[in-house]
Amino acid sequence: MLYREAGQFKETYAADSAIFPILQDRIGVALIVLVAFVVIPLVASPYLFSAILIPCLILALAALGLNLLTGYAGQLSLGAAAFMAVGAFMSYNFALRVPHIPLLLTFVGGGLSAAAVGILFGLPSLRIRGFYLAVATLAAQFFILWCLTKVGWFTNDNPSGVITAQAIVIAGYTFDSPQEKYLLVLSIVTVMAVAAKNMVRGNVGRQWMAIRDMDVAAEVIGIRPMRSKLLAFAISSFYCGVAGALFAYAYLGTVEPEAYSLDLSFRILFMIIIGGIGTVMGAFLGSAFIVMIPIALSTFVEFLDGTLHLGVPSSVSSNLELMVFGALIIFFLIVEPYGLARIWQITKEKLRLWPFPH
Amino acid sequence: MGFFFEVLIAGLLSGVMYSLVALGFVLIYKASGVFNFAQGSLVFFAALTFVGLMEHHLSFGVALVVTLLVMIAVGLAIERFVLRPLVNQPQISLFMATIGLSFFIEGLAQLVWGASVRGLDLGIQDEPIAWISDRTGINISKFDLMAAGIAAVLVIALALFFNRTRIVRALRAVADDHQAALAVGIPLQQIWAIVWAVAGFVALVTGLLWGARNGVQFALTFVALKALPVLILGGFESIPGAIVGGLIIGATEKLAEVFVGPYVGGGIEGWFPYVLALMFLLVRPEGLFGEKIIRRI
Amino acid sequence: MKWFLRVLVGIALAAAASVATAQGEQFIPLLSYRVGPYAAGGSGYFGGAIDYFTLVNMNGGINGVKILWEECETEYNAARGVECYERLKTRHGGASTVEPLSTGIAYGLFERVAQDKIPMTTNGYGLAISADGRVFPWVFPLGTTYWDQAAAMVAYLGQKAGGEAKLKGKKIAFLYHDSAYGKEPIPVLDALAARDGFTLIKIPITPPGNTQESQWLQVRQQNPDYAILWGFGVMNPVAIKTAAKLGYPRDRILGVWWAGSEEDVIPAGAAAKGYVTAAFSAGGTNFPVMQEIVKRVYGAGKGNLEDKSRIGSMYHTRGVTYGIMIVEAIRQAQAHFGKGKVMTPEQVRWGLEHIDLTEARLKALGASGLFPPVKTSCADHEGSGMVKFQQWDGKEFKTLTPFMAGDRAFVHQMVVQGADKYAAEKKITPRDCSKEM
Repeated sequence: MLYREAGQFKETYAADSAIFPILQDRIGVALIVLVAFVVIPLVASPYLFSAILIPCLILALAALGLNLLTGYAGQLSLGAAAFMAVGAFMSYNFALRVPHIPLLLTFVGGGLSAAAVGILFGLPSLRIRGFYLAVATLAAQFFILWCLTKVGWFTNDNPSGVITAQAIVIAGYTFDSPQEKYLLVLSIVTVMAVAAKNMVRGNVGRQWMAIRDMDVAAEVIGIRPMRSKLLAFAISSFYCGVAGALFAYAYLGTVEPEAYSLDLSFRILFMIIIGGIGTVMGAFLGSAFIVMIPIALSTFVEFLDGTLHLGVPSSVSSNLELMVFGALIIFFLIVEPYGLARIWQITKEKLRLWPFPH
Repeated sequence: MGFFFEVLIAGLLSGVMYSLVALGFVLIYKASGVFNFAQGSLVFFAALTFVGLMEHHLSFGVALVVTLLVMIAVGLAIERFVLRPLVNQPQISLFMATIGLSFFIEGLAQLVWGASVRGLDLGIQDEPIAWISDRTGINISKFDLMAAGIAAVLVIALALFFNRTRIVRALRAVADDHQAALAVGIPLQQIWAIVWAVAGFVALVTGLLWGARNGVQFALTFVALKALPVLILGGFESIPGAIVGGLIIGATEKLAEVFVGPYVGGGIEGWFPYVLALMFLLVRPEGLFGEKIIRRI
Repeated sequence: MKWFLRVLVGIALAAAASVATAQGEQFIPLLSYRVGPYAAGGSGYFGGAIDYFTLVNMNGGINGVKILWEECETEYNAARGVECYERLKTRHGGASTVEPLSTGIAYGLFERVAQDKIPMTTNGYGLAISADGRVFPWVFPLGTTYWDQAAAMVAYLGQKAGGEAKLKGKKIAFLYHDSAYGKEPIPVLDALAARDGFTLIKIPITPPGNTQESQWLQVRQQNPDYAILWGFGVMNPVAIKTAAKLGYPRDRILGVWWAGSEEDVIPAGAAAKGYVTAAFSAGGTNFPVMQEIVKRVYGAGKGNLEDKSRIGSMYHTRGVTYGIMIVEAIRQAQAHFGKGKVMTPEQVRWGLEHIDLTEARLKALGASGLFPPVKTSCADHEGSGMVKFQQWDGKEFKTLTPFMAGDRAFVHQMVVQGADKYAAEKKITPRDCSKEM
């Protein structure tokens, strides 16, 4: 009942190819955007902004980037964090070395640099597939971080090899408080998410999906695998690069290359698998899951401990949290191997009929 | 020239240690097409259990047997509670499940045995053998030779086990297609149970040898990273590939670090094996001994 | 959407919990880590701090003000650490100071603490230039920084050679964790190498460092007089083991203090015998304050360490050292702003700048010899710069030297230079310390 597209007729081609062709979807998306831009900034605490929402959004952007590559183009990559690092360190250098460059442009510069590096490390994908490719992308992960550690130019010869992100000043306005940073991150993420949503529906996205589903067949019907795959690497790395820059500028402030370690790459991969491979929404759901579940678990254990006075030693609760987190991942995969986004889809199907059984 | 050989030998010997880790991955991949990321955690779990039991004044042999039983039980439990519900799911979901599994095992291990770092003394001397270093100037430790010996025995045993039994054919079928294998009546669950139990055994051996070198601590889970380039070089499905790949990776990474490293600022060991494996894959995309993939529409 | 509900409930609970603030207690958040690769160190260190806080509370608190602490698990991960800081900083009336015990988390907090006006201590790690209080008013690398440690190491090696001048022409290998942490002391070591005329051979070890044949083969080939090991975690026992395997004498290896705990040598077994390390605090339970912790805290079953054999281990006494310094800072602040009151973070910061732990004061606290005298000021957030050297005899660390410092003037001038460069890059105007009281 609630989610019925019956009766919504499309009369023009433009209406038919809209991003959200169904009225309910448009309302839903408008609501989410409204809540994110207006309601949350009004009600949320600084803690929510700076500890949960900002990292959630930034990592969702990185996950979105990886999802374009892995979920849509089918190229498994374990190097997402390295491309984020390229974005962060190059943004820093653009801001440092190019006088009077607007900050948003340095993010674009960081993203483009990441894209260039992405193309380079995407070349092997023309020959290697599956887990072999995944392990090969680890070469990118380790090599890039090594370069950032070794070459002093990237960190402006900082003796400790760290960069301190410049203040975020856009058009003379300084983004200083958690709310302001949140709004900036949210705006960038929204624009890029809409762009991604649009991209995957179009020619490019369809080519990627064809390659993913069967590359030989895609080649036969005239899709150039080299062009599509490298484009996927470039765009994916661009997204990761911008996310990496935001990670440094809006979240951590001072970063060492180690902040973009393999561990982060894995976390981003978890996000898309848990959230849903090959969906834009999955990146956001997955990021929320991976960022929030450990926090929720630890606050929950804390709460239990506080109310029931169990006196659980912190070593026990920390380990239990880790175990439950692992078990939850397995549980969700068993219940829904196609990710949280799939659960949402099923809900939509159900809503179509609800409350009537047939 | 003497130094070159010294580096080469040290590299080959540490390559053997990489092979041991890779072997665990290969077993599982061969049997189920699962890239088992939890292998590193299993290694850690096995070593920690063994040392923990030793602390409770069990003798070496008893502790070994009990740990082996525990590892088999863990293997069976993984098959029952993680893999069985995920039969016929996409590879990447299975991969992800093993990552969740690794969190679980790491938490469990430290919950049961605590976070303390422990030493493990297998009673094998880990110092240069005087007899060799006096004659050739090359330092080789008895421990490394023992590890190489154990790896050799293990590989031969596994190769015999898998080639001489009916399991091998069943394995191939299972790895190719879960559903089809089930359809033709292959007892999938039995096979997986056996393979996971064997993988638990390999994890124990690996854990003991690496634990004696590194100490029994959380960092043992990182040994998995050393195995990955070995795997792509040797092929995910090949037991001899794991050994040969390990030797190649071990030797070249040490040679590169010692002879090339100083010119570029050092520390290239972290990525060199991956780049090497990558170069190699460009020539042979399925690894050294991997099965040739024929793709058709 | 079950998970989502759970998250919401969790957040709601967290919000509810933070409302219930306790009055009359000094809140200190502890960003601890008890799982993951560095759990052994984290549990020892934070266990030590908690044990000391418990002891202080048993003795009636700081002039009647009890210390309140809460732990949050960071897993030594920068993002989790930042979340923990944000979560705890507003609880119980606000955090008075924070100690992440992780370089990565400390970097993530650098600007946050300045903005939130909460002093952060980075005892025994972090940026060496942050010892300059003019540029870094909110950061306190209390005790000794890496740069002073490096200088002290050179001084110690000089002593061994019979005077620092004798280092001329010697070769010292520097094996380091290939990261920001490992690279930190290089400027000082380079400068000292140029001044004293020794050759510094820099050999990076890729983290985590679980195989090191190539590095130690290089050491053997070059055969340096000494090897400085600047490692962390599993890197340390593997370094010792590999050195043994390839026949480099362990008593010529000199470890950084993070390579100088029981956790670093026990896994190496017999190979570690003779290995020398630096330390910013002594180990053992022979100090009155440690005795009191054993007797009163553990005697009452309130001790934090589960494994009693770790009482008095290096990490544990480091934690106690941290506890003593923080409590002393709060006490100083109270003496200035009003005894028996809960101090605001600003006031604690003032206290941290006025720590004056003289030998006599340490004796009164029962910590004489546990760590060197510390006297901080507006310009000097470090306060000591001294380290001692100890040797592992197979069972315990034996003291080799009393607390000693390297060429502090030399290091200080580098700190000021580095801090000024940082201030210029970040467009910070350094405080004028002559105007502060």
